[in-house]
Amino acid sequence: MKILVPVKRLVDYNVKIRVKADGSGVELNNVKMSMNPFDEISVEQAIRLKEAGQAEEIVVVSIGPQKSQETIRTALAMGADRGILVQTDDFVEPLAVAKIIKAIAEQEKPELILLGKQAIDDDSNQTGQMLAAMLAWPQGTFAYNLEYANDKWIVTREIDGGLQTVELDVPAVVTVDLRLNEPRYASLPNIMKAKKKPIDEKTPADYGIDISPRLKVLNTAEPPHREAGVIVDSVAELVDKLKNEAGVI
Amino acid sequence: MTTLLVAEHNNEILNTATNKALTAALELENDVHVLIAGHNCRQVAEQASKLSGAAKVLMADAPHLANHLAKEMAALVTSLMPNYKAVMSTATTTAKNFMPRVAAMLDVAQISEIISVKAPDTFERPIYAGNAIQTVQSTDSKLVITVRTTAFASAEEGGSAEIEDVVVPDPIGISSFVKEELSKSDRPELVAAKIVISGGRGMQSGDNFQMLDSIADKLGAAVGASRAAVDAGFVPNDYQVGQTGKVVAPELYIAVGISGAIQHLAGMKDSKVIVAINKDEEAPIFQVADYGLVADLFDAVPELDKELDKLS
Repeated sequence: MKILVPVKRLVDYNVKIRVKADGSGVELNNVKMSMNPFDEISVEQAIRLKEAGQAEEIVVVSIGPQKSQETIRTALAMGADRGILVQTDDFVEPLAVAKIIKAIAEQEKPELILLGKQAIDDDSNQTGQMLAAMLAWPQGTFAYNLEYANDKWIVTREIDGGLQTVELDVPAVVTVDLRLNEPRYASLPNIMKAKKKPIDEKTPADYGIDISPRLKVLNTAEPPHREAGVIVDSVAELVDKLKNEAGVI
Repeated sequence: MTTLLVAEHNNEILNTATNKALTAALELENDVHVLIAGHNCRQVAEQASKLSGAAKVLMADAPHLANHLAKEMAALVTSLMPNYKAVMSTATTTAKNFMPRVAAMLDVAQISEIISVKAPDTFERPIYAGNAIQTVQSTDSKLVITVRTTAFASAEEGGSAEIEDVVVPDPIGISSFVKEELSKSDRPELVAAKIVISGGRGMQSGDNFQMLDSIADKLGAAVGASRAAVDAGFVPNDYQVGQTGKVVAPELYIAVGISGAIQHLAGMKDSKVIVAINKDEEAPIFQVADYGLVADLFDAVPELDKELDKLS
């Protein structure tokens, strides 16, 4: 069994982002970049499936600038087998990302594509679902648990009301949520080994995909600022203010 | 041209998030048809027909739509789209599951979690956990939009739209529903509650959440949690408020033992009044709180409970 794992390089989740004053976007220069945290969880899950003897090969894909190679290397150091970098300096929307991954899936023929449920830069939460639609594969989004049994993927999903379990034919697309696993850190020997693992370099044009954006970004602004209020001295004062000043209880 | 609004419901009750999404849909300056897709869901269609502003209610009733599986929902919605310029739904886990599938089948972009309508093709949406607001304009022939419902007022009742049955495509199969384990609670839903009280890592255990339950019952509030509290196993996942959990904007949000990570603030900073109770005066939550109380929650929360008794 083969697992395809798309990963995205983006601003590290600990960085407080800065909106450019001219409204043209978010400052990405000289900012620490990392793998999307949800993608780390999908890489980890793929490795666990391999360690459990349920998968033979893990192929990692990243679409983005040349430096996305570092993100692929991180996944290889965690335990993935090889990488594909689809190099472009342009902003690629989820629709185009899904088209590129679809083209790769048609060549690689994986039994499972594991993705993060959303990237924490654009917060779109679209790529996995779009990919499943384009491939006409079943999907299990927001995975909390993932098992393979009787030739099916059994996915327990985090939903608004609690948990939902669905059974998917193979091949399938699964997007992962926070609590599926805790990703490992790569060990130094594995980081060294990862440097020898192969990474294919491609471009969107190699797959014949038009990545021109469908959305025009007109402006990027700071959100309205919320001022800190007052510190109260006691619970009694708090209740009094909530009742008589704010009028919310 | 007309907008199709896909309603959120459980085959019995129309989720009030739909009423808010309708307000957003009406700002596109088109007629809005509300789609109720499910099984044995006529009562939901009747509820939707009363929404003021809904020009028509479409009902798609079939066994394979009962659980709103993504591929079946997407096939249905896509089959209706030749008649519509835009399709909208709530940014709930149900719609987040099928709406991008619809967008892909139409070969258009999806615009996720809009917080305002600037023009019928131009919208504001949060990025980077709400730390930036992007204004985007669609260049596609059709619009696929999910709505962050806390950003819109609820549509009033008072309408009487006609209900029309629609043809449902045959089931696709390839995936099937196994089971659901839903949290049972008599309290209001987290996203719809007027008051929310949430606990964080500082709560130290799931048992200690009973202190918040007691206050919630007195205030008619819902109980939420930070990611740290959910990850620690204190409470189930559906309690989580934050960037990747639920986004809430109640009249009053009480954060107890929550430090205020960016990811948590993303889910609650649009609340009207925010109260923070934390023993660490440096906690970032105090920077967004209207009222802060620097205290040990194990002293403050029982005291709050008693003070609320005095009010009634």
